[in-house]
Amino acid sequence: MSLFRRNRSLAITITALVVLFAIFIGIHPRGFSTYVLTIWFNQGTLLGLAAIAQFFVVLVRGVDLSVGPIVALTNVAASYLLIGSPGGIALGIVAVLALGAICGLVNGIAVVYGRIQPIVTTLATGGMMSGIALMLRPTPGGSIDENLSDALTYDIYGVPTSALLLVVALLVLNIPLRRSLLGLTMYAIGSSEQAAAMTGVRVDRVKLAAYGASGIFSALAGLYVSMVTLTGDPAIGPAYTLNSIAAVVLGGIALSGGVGSPVGAVAGALILKTISSLMFFSGLPPLAQPFFEGLVLAVAIALGALGVFRIRNRLELFR
Amino acid sequence: MNTPAPIFSVRRRRPGLVDRIGFSVLFLAGGCVALVLGGALAYPGFLSPGYILQQLQIASFLGVIATGAMLVILLGEIDLSVPWTITGTAIVVTNLAGSHNSMIADLALPLGLATGAAIGLVNGLGVALFRVPAMVWTLAVNAMLLGAAVFYTGGFKPQGAVPWLATYAALGHTLGIPNAFLLWLIIGAITLWFLHRTIYGTYLYAMGNSQRALFLAGARVRTITVCTFVLAGTLSSLGAILLTGYTNQAYQGMGDPYLMPVIAAVVIGGTSILGGSGSYLGTFVGAVFITLMSSILALMQMSDAARQIIFGAIILAMLLAYRSAEKASQT
Repeated sequence: MSLFRRNRSLAITITALVVLFAIFIGIHPRGFSTYVLTIWFNQGTLLGLAAIAQFFVVLVRGVDLSVGPIVALTNVAASYLLIGSPGGIALGIVAVLALGAICGLVNGIAVVYGRIQPIVTTLATGGMMSGIALMLRPTPGGSIDENLSDALTYDIYGVPTSALLLVVALLVLNIPLRRSLLGLTMYAIGSSEQAAAMTGVRVDRVKLAAYGASGIFSALAGLYVSMVTLTGDPAIGPAYTLNSIAAVVLGGIALSGGVGSPVGAVAGALILKTISSLMFFSGLPPLAQPFFEGLVLAVAIALGALGVFRIRNRLELFR
Repeated sequence: MNTPAPIFSVRRRRPGLVDRIGFSVLFLAGGCVALVLGGALAYPGFLSPGYILQQLQIASFLGVIATGAMLVILLGEIDLSVPWTITGTAIVVTNLAGSHNSMIADLALPLGLATGAAIGLVNGLGVALFRVPAMVWTLAVNAMLLGAAVFYTGGFKPQGAVPWLATYAALGHTLGIPNAFLLWLIIGAITLWFLHRTIYGTYLYAMGNSQRALFLAGARVRTITVCTFVLAGTLSSLGAILLTGYTNQAYQGMGDPYLMPVIAAVVIGGTSILGGSGSYLGTFVGAVFITLMSSILALMQMSDAARQIIFGAIILAMLLAYRSAEKASQT
């Protein structure tokens, strides 16, 4: 019971995800099959990785409007680098991840040392990054090694590879976040930066690490986009920024920092993907789907916020 | 005569120009002058009154929308539904004005403004009542508006006519000065009066600093939030009507390029994104600066990509400059 209590918002998120997924499988013409599952997980992984990127910045009381631009930039970079000899591809992957880390660190430096608010910083850097992506590749194009793409987007013995990747990423993340000093101090900074600084935490370094980690996960999302689409497209950014924020909120991660887990972020991302897949199979006219997607998103967020009506002391409503 | 001598003698500096107007506004105004002079060096004709008036005319569209954005930002919230509030209003206005029923056509502009007010109401209720972070809620509202617009128009270019009044306001001149700029000046004057002479303005600044304190002081915090979002939505719609008049049409995504410049104009004008501090003069100069900069970049025939990079870099550099100026004045 206490475990449930502690993870109540996560439990609600995951229940919602399971229910939505059951409906989705129920109305899908091909039912529960490896094929359907693989497509679903591939789509979910794209956003899931971006949501983890957003999670790191939100955890330390920021918000990252440059998640989408970094995804686009790394996707474009990958479309130049992930082709050729195996060694070259491996080097390319490292280069793309390094590019993501650099982008994240630039955000971090401007926020930590420049003392500019995260939302404004990432608005400006995001504009610059999507500009660079557009410069590198004005129109979608390029190519990705197909063997690598096949290996990462199909299934292993009936289990989607993307599902395995996501689970591994979450497991690997969970240990440093919950057990290491670095992870715990990220939560501490999110709860109260001043208190954390008073305890002797090197707030600046930990924040930089959070922004760097965010950049790396955006780059992972960009890499996975390349695996799925096999091209580089500079225009994919905006959708990832918006949806990663929505996913994080649906996943029970407080935008005020210090609360939540990557599992929640990924669950939120999968919920969003399931909703849009549901729309696709629901028989609604295609032109009406964007509206209902927005409506469902708004209703979901409002439902998540219903807790405010239980608050007795109205003072708690205000910051 | 018998006042006790102060224990510490504090030498009070007389507030200078920088203190009264604010570093950011002076810095930006200097930037505007530099842009105009630099532009004049490279392109003769840049310094002509006609060209500058034209720039002010274009800046007015941005400025009117940024006025609404600034009110919301002062509150400590943000409105990301600006793009599709603009497009939605433009679609509503052109559609109604194209109606064969002259009574409906006459109502196009009031109903266009009402569209913005209604969107603002939805924004405000979500933020005030459900306590959803404004960033997320207005994003969701933006997504719904996009969906509604796509559904209504079928994804095609919206048909209809542009009301003559919109064209007159956006393109007409009075005594040689663009009407759009005059309209912006009037709105700016009203905003200044609102912010500094009414209780609403006092509440707005107070709320940006501490909602709790204002609530304890007995102010109707939620009403203020909703009213501010409604005002901002209405101003976005007014900007949209001007834009419709200027481009003589409504089209899908016409509001999309405005989100970043609007927020940038407010923020480089010295308004804190956290709310509670900022001057309207800053937003005014900010809107002019951003318009001048994008028109110079356009004159230089920069690609879209290069413009985005330079734009972002300049915003970042200016904010860094403000920070270091702040630090220098503290020590």
